[in-house]
Amino acid sequence: MTNHYIDFRNADVILNMGGNVAENHPVSFKWIQAAKDRGATFIHVDPRFTRTSSKADIFVRLRSGTDIAFLGGMIKYILDNNLYDEFYVKNYTNASFIVNPRYNFDDGLFSGYNPTLRAYDPSFWALEKDEKGIPKRDMTLQDPRCVFQILKKHYSRYTLQKVTEITGTPEQDLEKVYKAYASTGTPDRAGTVLYAMGWTQHTVGVQNIRAMSIVQSLLGNMGIAGGGVNALRGESNVQGSTDHGLLFHILPGYLPTPRAQWASLADYNKTTPVSKDPRSVNWWKNRPKYVASFLKSMFGENAKKENDFGYAWLPKLDPDQDASWLNLFDEMYKGTFSGFFAWGMNPACSSAHAGKAREAMTRLDWLVNVNLFDNETGSFWKGPGMDPKKIKTEVFQLPCAAFLEKEGSISNSGRWMQWRYKAANPPGEARPDGEIIYELFKKVRALYQKEGGAFPVPILNLKWDYETNGHFDIHKVAKEINGYFLEDIPEHPVDKKPYKKGTLVPNFVYLLDDGRTSCGNWLYSQSYTEAGNMAARRKKSDPTGLGLYPEWSWCWPLNRRIIYNRASVDLEGNPRDPKRPLLRWDAAAKRWIGDVPDNAVPPMGTEGAYPFIMKPDGVASLFGPGLKDGPLPEHYEPLECPIEKNLMSNQRINPVIKVFEGGPDKFLTCDPRYPFVCTTYRVTEHWQTGVLTRWLPWLIEAEPQLFCEMSVELAKLREIKNGDRVVVSTPRGKVEAVAIVTPRLKPFNIAGQTIHLIGLPWHYGWLHPKGGGESANLLTPTIGDPNTMIPESKAFMANVAKLTKEPPKKGAKS
Amino acid sequence: MNITRRTFLKVSGATAAGAVVSSLGFDLSPAEVYAQELRIKGAKETYTICCYCSVGCGIIVHTDSKGKVINAEGDPDHPINEGALCAKGAASYQIAVNENRLKKVRYRAPYSTEWKEVSWDWALEKIAANIKKSRDESFSATNADGKVINRTKGIASVGSAALDNEECWLYQKFLRSLGLVYIEHQARI
Repeated sequence: MTNHYIDFRNADVILNMGGNVAENHPVSFKWIQAAKDRGATFIHVDPRFTRTSSKADIFVRLRSGTDIAFLGGMIKYILDNNLYDEFYVKNYTNASFIVNPRYNFDDGLFSGYNPTLRAYDPSFWALEKDEKGIPKRDMTLQDPRCVFQILKKHYSRYTLQKVTEITGTPEQDLEKVYKAYASTGTPDRAGTVLYAMGWTQHTVGVQNIRAMSIVQSLLGNMGIAGGGVNALRGESNVQGSTDHGLLFHILPGYLPTPRAQWASLADYNKTTPVSKDPRSVNWWKNRPKYVASFLKSMFGENAKKENDFGYAWLPKLDPDQDASWLNLFDEMYKGTFSGFFAWGMNPACSSAHAGKAREAMTRLDWLVNVNLFDNETGSFWKGPGMDPKKIKTEVFQLPCAAFLEKEGSISNSGRWMQWRYKAANPPGEARPDGEIIYELFKKVRALYQKEGGAFPVPILNLKWDYETNGHFDIHKVAKEINGYFLEDIPEHPVDKKPYKKGTLVPNFVYLLDDGRTSCGNWLYSQSYTEAGNMAARRKKSDPTGLGLYPEWSWCWPLNRRIIYNRASVDLEGNPRDPKRPLLRWDAAAKRWIGDVPDNAVPPMGTEGAYPFIMKPDGVASLFGPGLKDGPLPEHYEPLECPIEKNLMSNQRINPVIKVFEGGPDKFLTCDPRYPFVCTTYRVTEHWQTGVLTRWLPWLIEAEPQLFCEMSVELAKLREIKNGDRVVVSTPRGKVEAVAIVTPRLKPFNIAGQTIHLIGLPWHYGWLHPKGGGESANLLTPTIGDPNTMIPESKAFMANVAKLTKEPPKKGAKS
Repeated sequence: MNITRRTFLKVSGATAAGAVVSSLGFDLSPAEVYAQELRIKGAKETYTICCYCSVGCGIIVHTDSKGKVINAEGDPDHPINEGALCAKGAASYQIAVNENRLKKVRYRAPYSTEWKEVSWDWALEKIAANIKKSRDESFSATNADGKVINRTKGIASVGSAALDNEECWLYQKFLRSLGLVYIEHQARI
């Protein structure tokens, strides 16, 4: 999130699209209600009528997978009716920037496309620079090659009629939403968007969010109280686990994972983002300091300037290697791995195309499964269709402590890092995950010390000293993440003050690239300082009155509660919205008052800098040349879709997605055997694959089994009654469910054709409760967004039919 | 670690009173507050944050003199949830008080049809030996182009957004020291 949960209350219009906030983030709805009580308009756009829709001032339906068409129409509406924030667009976005003449868009394809590689050459979309390397601009926004004109031209095709044909949303519904949301284009109105996996789990996932970022930038809603683009993330610490680099492509703090072509640290640092524009802060220019400090936190005293701080000891990806989830399970299926950790995860139910993931696990020699409860991954070898006597995989199931049985911090979607204390001991022999990791590594290291082995250097040189009195100490890791000085620094270049060796760094501004500082994750630097554990703070002061609570817990970066907050002021540093003054420049004292400024440079009208400091050009990107599938969002159909032709162009699907073919990967589009659009979702009473809810008596009683929702019209067509048992199938698999026939779902009229939608929650699995149903991910395809490889679990084709045979008897193999 | 629970009860009692008085004609709230207090009298209060979605609601956990979890409820001082919890958060104490929790390390041998309970030491040593074998067999110092990669091809990991920040950081450190590049978790799906 650019903003945070309490900030919802500051909005005038709230759009929840690609999510179901009332159902899945229930308590946050308190702040939507607070906004509504102030007179705010709450809009829900979704394929289904849900708990969220029931509370919405405006609810409209769209066909799953057509969000870009919907939002493209909104962009056109804003531009056609001059509803954008002109000051903001000219000063804080790249609307005035000139795009090079090789840029073009024709019939669904941007220029630079290579059909053999199914990839673009993004140099075709580069922004033009002057002789000093500064982007060229036309502040009148009239140049036909300026971003503003290109945007106008691109979205001129998204007419109400066209959008209605694609989305199935009636024209008057589209206009209702566009009008309400575009009303936030003035400085005294704030609009915010809340999204979740309904936007990310598509083959155009990133571009869904880009489309909304364009809307928010046009309306001047970024960097303000009550604004922003806000991801409602699904898990209590998925923000933190992302921040700390548990993904193939990033090290902690979003540092890119080293690749083979960057042989030395100097080569790696050559990829540091550069800006020649003196008015662009380009904060990423500091990356070499963060990398050097990270390497020190990994290898301690063994990381020296003369050995590149141990850079060579980190594993390197091949130049174009993508080791993300779907590829990981594809490799596992092919037998690439002998060992596998499923730590606090249940991929047998959470993985798209879960049947493939389950089969893949039979190809392993060993599997380590760490969890609170037994689950379909740890016990995959005795699951449906498995014959344990034929499965070689050795499985270790390690019991771990629950959240209230250990100490440590987690980060919510609003980037608040909050400390948790230990309330009770874990049951039996269960241990905290941190302790398990800590002890396991010691065993591995002991083996390499004793026996040697393949390249033992990184293992032997790893800094692994997080004990107090012989016990693992989580506070020592927290301090490692914050960072500390490794030498006495008589006069620090930042503030000319002295710092003592061993003291915790005040924040990441103090990190150095010469090996004199260590820091596990620059983004979390300031979280545990000489002043104490900032995440544990509980002081409820609210000086701005905007609900920032700057002394309650701590948030990254630098305790800044709203990111890009200098976009909320004018060129002199005065709040553009005096009702919601997030920041104000005190000219006499030469300092900012309010939130922690992003960052502390003077206002733009004086000698200051552009507000979007993490973007190389310093401004919000209406035109975004950095993605794999084009600089502007364009509508493409899902991989499996109900219509033969994309009504926008002759490119039916996103032209750069990686299609997995052969073996278990089957797709069928416009096939009469699978005629219905299917989507997956969650309910309040369960969580993810249900491992932490299906075993809880209250929750499993409330939502005991898998169901399939369908419209009254579809039920009639298929002769299904409410409560009937049905079978839902795709070319990948099938699940049995109880039919819920409901007017909450309605058929769509897509260009004259009636399209039905069905949907299922994905919380269940064969292990528990018996007869509760299987994972809906047995149905979903192996296909991902080209930028993130997040699977398309929200739009695929399926069939539903009344179950005629008796359900299998208890204990029987199905 | 101490909050003024009594103050909170006064407030919540007063809030409840409005509803009770209007429906029954007399005020039950002192009795309700008394009953509520009995359940957690002398209990130790510990602050935590909910383990489910990403809103980050504050929870107060009550444990009895033997250290057993007896109650969990929304933290009234927490600025995000102000004492409220959803169905999952309200049920979260059942994670701690649950017969189905895994309490022992379990091991399933190749081709076996059942689990058997093993000791931590035995399991960690065997896992460490497996890691070493897989790593040593699949480690590549260079790729096909002769570039240094120092990579372990034979092991992959998924997990976890269910870990604390410090554990996540420690886990990535562990995995990267082994040379893994197939490191993924919930954020991707």
